[in-house]
Amino acid sequence: MDQSRRNVLKAGGGAGLFALLATAGMLRTEAALAADWDQKAFSAKNLKDAFDALGAANRIESSDIVMTAPEIAENGAVVPIGAVSKIPGTESIAILIAKNPTSLAASFDIPAGTDPSVSTRVKLAQTTDVHVLVKANGKFYETKKEVKVTIGGCGG
Amino acid sequence: MADPMRIRAVAKGDEVVVKVLMAHEMETGQRKDSSGKPIPAHFIQHVTATWNGKVVLSANWGTAIAKNPFLEFSFKGGKKGDKVQVSWTDNKGDKRTDEAAIN
Repeated sequence: MDQSRRNVLKAGGGAGLFALLATAGMLRTEAALAADWDQKAFSAKNLKDAFDALGAANRIESSDIVMTAPEIAENGAVVPIGAVSKIPGTESIAILIAKNPTSLAASFDIPAGTDPSVSTRVKLAQTTDVHVLVKANGKFYETKKEVKVTIGGCGG
Repeated sequence: MADPMRIRAVAKGDEVVVKVLMAHEMETGQRKDSSGKPIPAHFIQHVTATWNGKVVLSANWGTAIAKNPFLEFSFKGGKKGDKVQVSWTDNKGDKRTDEAAIN
């Protein structure tokens, strides 16, 4: 991208400026997507850094979040996790895994009209706490559950 | 181009339950191949679901989502015959969009 920008700048003049604007316009969608994906949060190597990157340093433990997860996962490569929030005004739901190489597994934005309930399958490197983080009305709520893993999902 | 997704959208009362199965390696970047070389990360980063052009779910994913990802969610307002569209983009810029009619 840098290279093409340099070429455009070199071309100079009105045509160059126009080309620059066109390039910027064309690249915008991808840039917007990249900005959406929170590099810092997703590369955080421990829970605290991940929570901090999400702006969720302060969280309230809540029993209004219901997590469905197996107590024992025979295969850490495929562990079903369901999360339901009964907190009014739920805006987003995130799944974090304490002992994975990177903690943040997924973050879901819940628009109005969509149930604050998602299910997916995750990989667990080892026996670990799984956290569900809910953002509602600007506040963060969480719940956690330990899942025992007999075969890890990462490595080998 | 990646294989198509399997999307099932079923109307139950005033809700539509959507289940999606995507075909993707979801490589974490942690693994090594048989010669000991690291296998580069390759995973879905963005998922967006729309109904009648309205976004009903958007998600950002990391490498911890299991291979051939599964996703289930539900929303209000959809009617039988309406189209639900799901798109993903991975970290290498590959994309895939599929749709299904609600039944």
